[in-house]
Amino acid sequence: MNIDAIRNGIVIDHIKAGMGMRLYDLLHLDKLDVSVAIIKNVSSRKMGKKDIIKIDADIPVDLDIVAYVDPDATINIIKDGNVEKRTLHLPERLVGAIRCKNPRCITTTEQELEHVFKLTDRQNKVYRCIYCETKAENLK
Amino acid sequence: MVRSVIDVLDLSTKELEEIIAVAQDIIAKPDDYADACKRKKLATLFFEPSTRTRLSFEAAMYELGGNVISVSSADSSSAMKGESVADTVKTVSCYADIIAMRHPKEGAALVASKAAGIPVINAGDGGHCHPTQTLADLLTIYREKGRFSDLTVGLCGDLKFGRTVHSLINALTRYNNVRFVLISPEELKVPSYVKRDVLKEKGYSYIQTTNLESYMPELDILYMTRVQRERFFNEEDYLRLKDSYILTPDKLKNAKKDLSILHPLPRVNEIAVAIDDDPRACYFKQVKNGKYMRMSLILKLLKEAGRI
Repeated sequence: MNIDAIRNGIVIDHIKAGMGMRLYDLLHLDKLDVSVAIIKNVSSRKMGKKDIIKIDADIPVDLDIVAYVDPDATINIIKDGNVEKRTLHLPERLVGAIRCKNPRCITTTEQELEHVFKLTDRQNKVYRCIYCETKAENLK
Repeated sequence: MVRSVIDVLDLSTKELEEIIAVAQDIIAKPDDYADACKRKKLATLFFEPSTRTRLSFEAAMYELGGNVISVSSADSSSAMKGESVADTVKTVSCYADIIAMRHPKEGAALVASKAAGIPVINAGDGGHCHPTQTLADLLTIYREKGRFSDLTVGLCGDLKFGRTVHSLINALTRYNNVRFVLISPEELKVPSYVKRDVLKEKGYSYIQTTNLESYMPELDILYMTRVQRERFFNEEDYLRLKDSYILTPDKLKNAKKDLSILHPLPRVNEIAVAIDDDPRACYFKQVKNGKYMRMSLILKLLKEAGRI
């Protein structure tokens, strides 16, 4: 894979250094049968260090998850060499992206219940399970 | 979706006033409501041991002229066979008009309400919410004090796991000038998110202390709680903390003459029996008030669902 020249694909740039792998996991990029590059600790004038993920295929990526992991990341969607930038917004709800870790939560016993979190504090990026109100892991 | 009540905050302050007004009317004229739910059925689904809450719901429905069908233990139900909460309530919805459910898992009532198609009242979901207990607390405060604002409220005992405490704080922070005195051992303090997200966020003043007696003269309401064995993973911690606060007549010496002592019950030993005859003891009135608020809530939800 030539990570510098994607003609059709997605580049998630300006990911806070250290969060690239977490994003890779949450987006389930390991399941993809296409080339994916994670570049860690890239020098950045703005950020000092950053991570980058490049996906060499035009596939749908859940931008809500990207925004949850790092709302300051930038998204470039590349089609036939043309770059389209997308802006990220913290989603009001995260559905099926992360799991509730409270052992007393109903999601631990109802196997087919979707794990849903709602944004309860935008400023501090706090998400809580809609069932038991347990706070989601803070990724900051 | 049909209206359910999972958290006391699902009810606006205006709705709460209406529920209190109807409850007061039921107390004044019980005969007017004796047939209000005739031919309607309440299903009480209790997947966790409870006596008083289930009896209160069942008494409430009978006093409204309705009937009750009941599951009183998880052992005897299809939950043991691995049926999901959603499937259980979908089945029960075929027989009943309204459900009151207690379940050990937090969020179970919300899952039930999404699946049921009839109103669901949360009768306690683990350590999470117990809205009808808070309704009982609120009616008691209202009947004793005539107001929810301008009060100093002492909350004493297990403030960490006590869901009734968190619900009551949430409910009272919708009124003006309520001051909280949080009295507990270090290990059972109100969780920081309640202090941060509820009290500080809404600008309510509170004092956190381990000493009940020193704040006793200031209190208008004293809400005692039991240290709950079932909320501890570790028996040793429970035994160490269970006798932290025991209210005795001696400790009430400096209390206000019109103090109201509340307790969600059951008590173990945190209020001496000698206090039961003190006119300030309101915890058995609270039990009765709970039934009236449940009657009022059942009426409201059945009306909204178009079933009466």
